[in-house]
Formats: sequence, C-alpha cells, structure tokens
Amino acid sequence: MIPERMVNGAVLAGLLVVPLWAMVANEPFTITLATRAVIFALAAVGLNIALGLGGLVSLGHAVFFGLGGYAMGILAHHAQTYTPLMEWPFLIEGTKSMPVIWLVAMVTSALAALVIGLLSLRTTGVYFIMITLAFGQMFYYFAISWAKYGGEDGLSIYVRNGFPGLNTLVPIQFYGLCFGILCLVLVLNAALARSPFGLALNASRQMPTRVETVGLDPMRLKLVAFVISGTITGLAGALFADLNRFVSPTMFSWQMSGEIMIFVILGGVARLFGPVVGAVVFVALEHFLGGLSDYWHIYLGLLLLLIVLFARGGIVGLLSGRERTHD
Amino acid sequence: MSTILIIEQVLNGLQFGVMLFLMAAGLTLIFGVMGLINLAHGSLYMIGAFAAAAVAGLTGSFLLALIAAMAAAAMAGVLIETVVIRRLYATDHLDQVLATFALILIFSEGTRWVFGSFPLFLDIPDALSGPVSLPGGIEYPFYRLVLIGVGLVVAIGLGLLINRTRIGIQIRAGENDREMIAALGVDISRLYTLVFALGAALAGLAGALVGAIQSVQVGMGEPVLILAFVVIVIGGIGSIKGAFIGALLVGLTDTLGGIFLPELFKLFTDAATATSAGSALASMAIYILMGAILIWRPTGLFGARA
Amino acid sequence: MTDPVLETHHLSKSFGALKATDSVCLDLQPGEIHAVIGPNGAGKSTLIAQICGGLQPDEGRISFQGVDVTALPTRARAKMGLARTFQISALAMEDTVLQNVLLGALGAAGQPWRFFRPVMQDASLRSRAEDALERVGLSDVRTSRTAELSHGQRRQLEVAVALTLQPRAFVMDEPMAGLGVDGSRRLTGFLDELRAEAPILLVEHDMDAVFALADRISVLVYGRVIETGTVAEIRASKAVREAYLGEST
Repeated sequence: MIPERMVNGAVLAGLLVVPLWAMVANEPFTITLATRAVIFALAAVGLNIALGLGGLVSLGHAVFFGLGGYAMGILAHHAQTYTPLMEWPFLIEGTKSMPVIWLVAMVTSALAALVIGLLSLRTTGVYFIMITLAFGQMFYYFAISWAKYGGEDGLSIYVRNGFPGLNTLVPIQFYGLCFGILCLVLVLNAALARSPFGLALNASRQMPTRVETVGLDPMRLKLVAFVISGTITGLAGALFADLNRFVSPTMFSWQMSGEIMIFVILGGVARLFGPVVGAVVFVALEHFLGGLSDYWHIYLGLLLLLIVLFARGGIVGLLSGRERTHD
Repeated sequence: MSTILIIEQVLNGLQFGVMLFLMAAGLTLIFGVMGLINLAHGSLYMIGAFAAAAVAGLTGSFLLALIAAMAAAAMAGVLIETVVIRRLYATDHLDQVLATFALILIFSEGTRWVFGSFPLFLDIPDALSGPVSLPGGIEYPFYRLVLIGVGLVVAIGLGLLINRTRIGIQIRAGENDREMIAALGVDISRLYTLVFALGAALAGLAGALVGAIQSVQVGMGEPVLILAFVVIVIGGIGSIKGAFIGALLVGLTDTLGGIFLPELFKLFTDAATATSAGSALASMAIYILMGAILIWRPTGLFGARA
Repeated sequence: MTDPVLETHHLSKSFGALKATDSVCLDLQPGEIHAVIGPNGAGKSTLIAQICGGLQPDEGRISFQGVDVTALPTRARAKMGLARTFQISALAMEDTVLQNVLLGALGAAGQPWRFFRPVMQDASLRSRAEDALERVGLSDVRTSRTAELSHGQRRQLEVAVALTLQPRAFVMDEPMAGLGVDGSRRLTGFLDELRAEAPILLVEHDMDAVFALADRISVLVYGRVIETGTVAEIRASKAVREAYLGEST
C-alpha cells in the first residue's frame, strides 16, 4: 500500500513530466492527449465536490460542461464573424480573450447550477439522479434545435482564443495553462474540504438532521456545493471547447454526464485526486485500448465492472488502501 | 389543422406511449422490488430487436422473431442478474449507475462486434402491413394499431399478474417488506431473478415491435431508456399504474408537442421562428413536464418512497 | 413561578385516527429538570419532534423564551438555543469525534460560509469543541472515527454536541438508553450539575435516573399528560399507578 499523498504526488509528477517529454520528443499529439485528460480531470473535480462531499449524485453535469463550451463557442463565433452578440439594450461584442470567456462560462454555469439545484434538491435519491438527467436532456435538445448557433452540427472556431502573455496555439503552452488551472482548483478543493463549509457539507451528506439540530441549513449547504461544483465543470467546458476549437450538443449529452461521473468513480469518490486519476486513466485507456481494438468499450466496461464490484474506493483507494476520509 | 390529423397524432402518441410502457414496466418493477436502477435496460431492448431481426431473417416468421426477442432478452437479463446485478442490490445508487453503465458499454460494443455497425431491418409481416380505414375516413397503419393493442393487452395482463396471482402478491410484498417475504418462505433470490427476467422480456418485446418500424441498430436502446426513466419518475417509481399513466403522458406530450407547439408559436411570430422555437420547445417538452411534476410532487404521481 | 423557558400550549397531533399528542401542556422552568415518562407508544418521541421542529403540530403552540416558535424550522429553534439529543444517535459516523463537536461549535457560531481556512485551525471553534469533549469525558478518543465508538460513548458525544451550542434549554431523548450501570450513574451526576446551566426536558425510561434527577415529572399516556408533579406526588398518584407504574413494575 502506498500512502495517498504519494499517489497524488506521482500523478502530479506524471502530468508535469510526460508533456514536457513529449515537447522535447516532438510528440504534439501526446500533449493534446494530456491536455484532454487535464480538462476532463477539472470537470470531474467539479463534480466530485457535489458528489463526494455533498453526496449529490448528479447525472446532469454535462449541462455545465456544455454551457462552458457554448460560452466559448458563442463569444468566439461572434468575434470571428465580427457580429455583435446583441445590440439592445446595450451592445455586447464577441471576444477571443480566454479570461473573459472563462468568466462568462463560470457565471453562466453558476446561475444554471443555482436554478437546477434549487429545483432538484427538492427531491432525493433516484429522483435527484433522474431530474438532473432530465435537465441535461433539456439543454441537449435545446442546443440541437438552436439553429442560430449551429444546431446539431455545433460551432467551429478557426483560431484558439488568446491568453495574455501566452501563445495558446503552442500545445505545451495551452497545456500549461490548463494544468495550472487544475492545480489551482485542486488547492482550493483541498482547502474547501477542510474548511468550516467542508465540515458542515460533509455532515449534511451523512446526517442532515444533525446539521439542522445545530442550527445550520443542510439544503443551503448542498445548494452552494452544487453551484461551486457546476462552476468548476463549466470552466472545464470552456477549456475543452478551446482544445477542440469546436463545440456541439454532444457536450450536453447524457453520455458526457456519465463519463464525468466515471472519471470520479474510477479514480475514487471524495478523494482529492480521485477525479484526476480517473480522467487520466480513462484518456489513456481510450487511447491505448482504442488503438488495439475497435471494440475497446467492452474492455472499458469490464474494467468499470471490476472496479465497482471489487474496488469500492476506485483506483486511488486500491493503491492507498485507506478508507476515504476528508483530511 | 384537421380533426383527422389530430386523431392520427393522438394514435401515434398512444402507440409511442404503450411501447414506452413496455420498457417502463420492467424498469419500475425492478426498482420497486429490488431497489435497483438499471441503466442497462435499454440494452435488453436492443438485444430483443437484434434477436428478432436475426430470427426473422433466418425463418421469415414474425411470430418466431417476437418469441426469440423475448427469449433472448430474458436470457440476457437472467445472465446479468445472476452474474452482476445480484451483487448490487445492497449497494448505493451510485454503484448501480456505474455498473449498469458499464453493462451498456459491454452490450453495445458486443452487439456491434457480432452484427457490425450497419443497421438491420425487420419487416412488418404482410398480414399486418398497410393502412386500415377507421370511422371518420381516417387511414391509419394497421401495424401501429396492433402495437397499441399489444401494449394494452400487456398492461392489462401485468395488472392482473400483480393484483391477482400468487407471484404478484410476492412481488408486492417484496416492494413493501423484504424480511416479511423471506419469513413467508419465498425464495427471494429466485423471485428477483424472475422479476428481472420478466422486465427484460418486456423490454425485448418492445425492441422487436418497435424495430419493425424503425431501424435496428446499436445505441437504439438508450434514447428509449431515458424516456422510460422519465416515465417511471413521473409515475412514481415502483408503481405499474404510474408507469402506464406516465407512459401515455410522455407519449402524447412528445408526439402532440412536436405538431402543435410550432403551430401555436405561429400565432405569435413568423413561420420560420415559430417552427424552430416550437420544435425546440417540443423536444424539451417531456423533460419540462417531468421537472414540473417532480417539483410539484417530489416522488412522482403515484410514488410512495424516494 | 418565573417565566418558563419552554412551554407547550394544548399541543395536538394525530396520525389518522391515532391521537399521538392530545392537548399537551408542559413547561420547563429555569434551573429544573422536567422529566417526561410514559409507557412505550405514549407519544414521547412525537412530542419531542414537535418541540424541536421536524413535525408540525395540528393544533396548539410552542413558545421558547417567550417567542412563539411553532412555525419555525428546526434550525431556527436550534439557533435560539434549543439543543436536542437523539434517542438513536444522529452523528456523522464517517467523521471523527472532534469533527462532530466542531460541527456543533460551527452551528452555534453560525458561520458555515467560510471556504478557505481549515476549521481545525480556528482556535475559538476548537476550544469550544474540546471543552465540550472534556466535560463529557471523551477527550481521549477525539481523533477516533465516530463509527468506532461504543454505544455509550456515542450517547456521550450526543450530549457533547448539545453542549457546544451553549443552549438555553436541553431536550434529551433517552440519554441513558443502553448505558451500563456505571455509565448511567456518571451521566446522572453530570445532568444533575448541568441543570444549573440550562434546564433540561428529559424523556427517559430509566426510572432510577428520573427519580434521582427530576424536579418535576409529567406522565404521558396515550398522548395525554395524566399527571404533572414532584417525584413524591407522582409516586403517590393513584392515576399514575393505575395507568403506568402498576403495569410496568
């Protein structure tokens, strides 16, 4: 058994070394794969706050991933076609600036999470899973029929958006940006889990009546967790769209929600690095198994089954063997 | 808009609804009795459709194809119940979602591996094809009427099974009190397998029946699965009656919404905007319906427990 | 008599045809332990749920420190200083003992919206939590996971969480249940002193503890208070003997 701290360290080191090696060896595709993994990890870290800490099994996180994606797609689309986003009551132009896009993606996702959370938290258990799924489907079908922004075909962006001081067209620089954001969010996540809010949220998951009897509102704690969670996944969506320079309704699909959830569970629910490990392993499997066999989903399915049936703590749990804790 | 069109659309909605009911009945029984969320139910639907297409291709008999569909789906159901699902009853919903999601991957890719990526076709038998004339001068496809009939017969049969037979009493007891039923000396694991096989057979039947009016292909199960979930959530999880009413509500909302919402919007805006906005809203209509019902009644129309 | 801290006025609650609470009038005076006893099914738990929130009475009202709290949610009553312990431990089992009392301290401080600084480094919350553990004698196991505690220790932890709230009144649902003779005796001594801090509404099955502690006793039978009085009065009451004590002893 390896201490969880060392597993986490090894993962971080790997995410630092492999892309650098790929840069030296001139393997840009590897860097793209690593970027994909890091962005998926970010989306899953977001979900893990709702799922792991708050116990909210959301099968609709693709909503936020997609909203982030479309925030990027729509702003950049207007910028590249030199058309304003809207003229009345005041003029809003498109933009190619990542920080602005991120801000819009996060605010939009946060608002959506607030509304979806307010409505969904009235239900529990399976009903919560299903109502979040239903919200996902609403956005999915809305995006498909929104012809103005490409409908089913989605939107393509010709040139990746810019970040002050960086050339985001260089794969390693864009990777560095995404990796930096992931690290920052992980630091915030670690702080959150140990904070008074984290303690109260954690207790709300386990025993909401207890939380009420000490004078706190477990629903409101969960709602705030859901909003934070959606905001982070929304940011990941904006980055993902920028990686592909493309956004389409599939970002809203329920399979996307399912995949984000797989990252979390594969790696280990409620563990800080669980979602990161899950996303990295998933992307690696997708690449290697996909290269070996056209039917790689069979092997992925078998692996997931084995994890669920025999390794409850996910991969991180398998390696570090510790029961899940939050400190 | 003519009365004929409206009647046609209502029939289409009913037909869609009863097929959804075949899916939803199994899902809701499995959840009600075993407390399990089975995402792989759509795979059983797909297996039924493929088995029917294969057998119909070999024998030319639609009846044999239907029997094969139910048998194949039931066998697949028994297989996954005994190998995988059984281990999930005591676990939380998260594990169930993930494990049955994994089963979808395995079944979908497995089917692609065996049958290839191209859609298969299942023909409507001659005796059931062609339109029939209904009172009022409506020409309506006979096969779709047959589907409505089959759906209603299954619904009545299930109702009788649950309410009137020994096995039905055991199933209802299983929903209420597991210990009680074990105390009555019922072999609970056999009951679970039986319920699972029954649900699977119904899904397989739905797959075969619908396969004859759509193409049979990998991935056909998931859209239906999600709608079936919407149905049971609206109806209240565990309730057959709820599943039936929910299925008809969803079937009618989806079909009628697609026709009437664009028309409705045309009253307010120009035709192009109305068509796009109307169809956008129509495709979201059932999810809006579900959201609204859950906000109004957090455990569905006929649901007792969360 | 001074103004009561907690008072119920003709509280009633029915489940279908069953009258679980039938026009119950109780009051809790400063500095006293008021015990509520009654046979199983007398409606004690239903009564507590209405007093602490979580169950709305059909009729009647509840006032706490002179304020009508009938319509307030559980958490608002807790914030006003009403601390409850549960019959079946309601603790965060995956968390440590210290984390559970910290939650109480956090609730009392009313500051859950802090996202960055570790809760363990908050000196005031921590000292409040550690004090409570010290008082119930759980300091030694503060880093244990709650799931690993013995039954008796969990009961002590319930009391400790209530202490962190520094409440104006305690409502305790069978705190002695499942404690051994020693444990019962220790908790009895502890509650005896605690009443000076805040009065206690004590629902309890352990008659030795009740007779040792209670300033007043109310006897609940089929949802109705059939007698309220001092230990001696209750012992002497014919109605109580017939309805309750006669059956159980």
